[in-house]
Amino acid sequence: MSDIALPRRRPSYFSRLFEAYGQEIVVLTAIVVLFIVVGLVNPRFLSNTNLTSIFSGNAYIAVAAIGMAMVIISGHIDVSVGSLIGVLATIAGTLAVSGYPIWVAWTVPVLVGIAINTCLGALIAYMRIPSIVATLGMLSILKGGLISATGGTWITGMPPQFFIAQARLFGVPAPVYFMAILTIIVALWMRYSATGRSLYAVGGNAEAARATGLNPERTCVLAFALHGFFAGIAALLFATQLQVIQSTVPPNLELTVITAAVIGGVSILGGTGTVIGSTLAAVLFACIGSALIFLSVSAYWLRAVLGLLILATVLADMARRRRSLVR
Amino acid sequence: MTASLRSLLLRHETILGVLLILALIALAWQSDRFFTADNLLNQGRLMAEVGLVALAMTFVIVTGGIDLSVGSILGLVAILLGVFWQNMGIPLPIAMVLGILVGGIAGLVNGIIITRFGVPPLIATLATLALYRGLAEGISQARSVRGYPDWFFTLGQGEVLGVPTQLWIFGLLALIAAVILGLSTFGRATYAIGSNAVASRFSGLSVDRTLLLIYMASGLIAGLAAVIFVSRVSTTRSDMGTGLELDVITAVVLGGTSIFGGRGTIIGTLLGLVLMQALKNGLALAGVKGDGTIVVIGAVLIGTILISNIFRKDADG
Repeated sequence: MSDIALPRRRPSYFSRLFEAYGQEIVVLTAIVVLFIVVGLVNPRFLSNTNLTSIFSGNAYIAVAAIGMAMVIISGHIDVSVGSLIGVLATIAGTLAVSGYPIWVAWTVPVLVGIAINTCLGALIAYMRIPSIVATLGMLSILKGGLISATGGTWITGMPPQFFIAQARLFGVPAPVYFMAILTIIVALWMRYSATGRSLYAVGGNAEAARATGLNPERTCVLAFALHGFFAGIAALLFATQLQVIQSTVPPNLELTVITAAVIGGVSILGGTGTVIGSTLAAVLFACIGSALIFLSVSAYWLRAVLGLLILATVLADMARRRRSLVR
Repeated sequence: MTASLRSLLLRHETILGVLLILALIALAWQSDRFFTADNLLNQGRLMAEVGLVALAMTFVIVTGGIDLSVGSILGLVAILLGVFWQNMGIPLPIAMVLGILVGGIAGLVNGIIITRFGVPPLIATLATLALYRGLAEGISQARSVRGYPDWFFTLGQGEVLGVPTQLWIFGLLALIAAVILGLSTFGRATYAIGSNAVASRFSGLSVDRTLLLIYMASGLIAGLAAVIFVSRVSTTRSDMGTGLELDVITAVVLGGTSIFGGRGTIIGTLLGLVLMQALKNGLALAGVKGDGTIVVIGAVLIGTILISNIFRKDADG
């Protein structure tokens, strides 16, 4: 606290960089350290096949986390995203199997995702239903609806062109491009465009944002609509990475996606965070999961380790934030 | 209409009560098996675990917090009960007490993370949700424990004076919870913290201590629910209680407790619980599959808040 009285020096470039991207740097460092340590213990961790499976197999989580980051930054939360991805993946598979052109099977789920989440956003913004309640209800509706409609059967026999997630360009799997390109576009959009900035403004202080002429309701609907778009893309990557689509909701997917966004530095209170952080955090999770296998830790302890890491990151983040408050 | 009567009619609990009566009439109409003593008591048995956890969750949500880790605590305590008793040879009654205490410690850890480190409850309990479930999975290594002695099943499968044992426990705790939240200074403090934590701190309330106690109670009661759950289904598995938090939160919020804190009652939570269970049961009797029921519950949750919001807007104007 005594620091306050000291004359302020101009912070160095690095400390300013750390202040702006602290959490992103922490997560990136964790990934690098993990690769070095696990790579030394078991070099096969760094093999091409394993790296491909880490990045490509989990890209859909990173893509979904981009949308989640937007929703949380604008001051809301969505616990229904896992069910939505399950529903959209099933729609994509069903369309592909029923003989519709591939582009229909690819675009319809994305459009449905946008439509559903736009309604959800409108319910939250205009009918003043708290987002956790509205999305909790939506979770039940989508999850129950999906299982009653399909009975949890497996969808197989999609035409070979359908499997976009298995495509490669210059040896790199397509999902990695999706993850990287979408993250960069959204990061730039949120940092430099007026609409992107408005998400931060509304999430930071909705009333202040209103006073400066922004429309918090419209911003909320926009955030959810975009979130629906990314859930659609995530569902496509999820649906096309294996030869079968299990038409149920992937268990705990919403928690993984929310955790990725939060660990990546998106404050649950809204108003701060970047999608670069959320993508890095999704990659970190995938690395941890794979690393445990290569370090021959029993798979049953995987979730406990993950939980401890989440807790440690959150506590470190709180400590860092408190320090920057004091300064 | 006088103002007080009008406000009574517009209370969330009243709306919910009317909805509940309508649902009960419709369900009784649908199936003649619904309104039998056997069926109703059995539904009470099925409701007790979610109900117990919902009592503590009402306090948590009234303070403006949330506890997502209750389902995982339930799983962890269930596993530990089996391990304490079978692998460590601790007598079952002591193992039960130890298990419930572990639940309390798990809740206390939540409380410490939230109050000492200032982590928002949603994030803190999201992390411990993964941690506690992970511990349960790690400790159990996917083995289940069976073969509990017969007396143990009285708790979850037996009856006292013709009413399921756990309903007595639930009723007693519901009464205690209602008195504490509605009539005691502790209850007042709970509402005050939910309305404005900073103001409560400045008016001399020990905010941190109150929150610690509430989160610890939430863990303890999840532990108790775990013991009852194990006794009801006669086995322990590490995935017990998965998704319990969603059922509990739905019941509490359905019961009119504001997710932003400061508002809510135990009576409301009880109404929410009964409505949820009646819908589940009634739809099952009407031939709707279990998954269709979830859809209806989700729709009812959104619908109730929607209606209540619209009415409140009228009342304000």
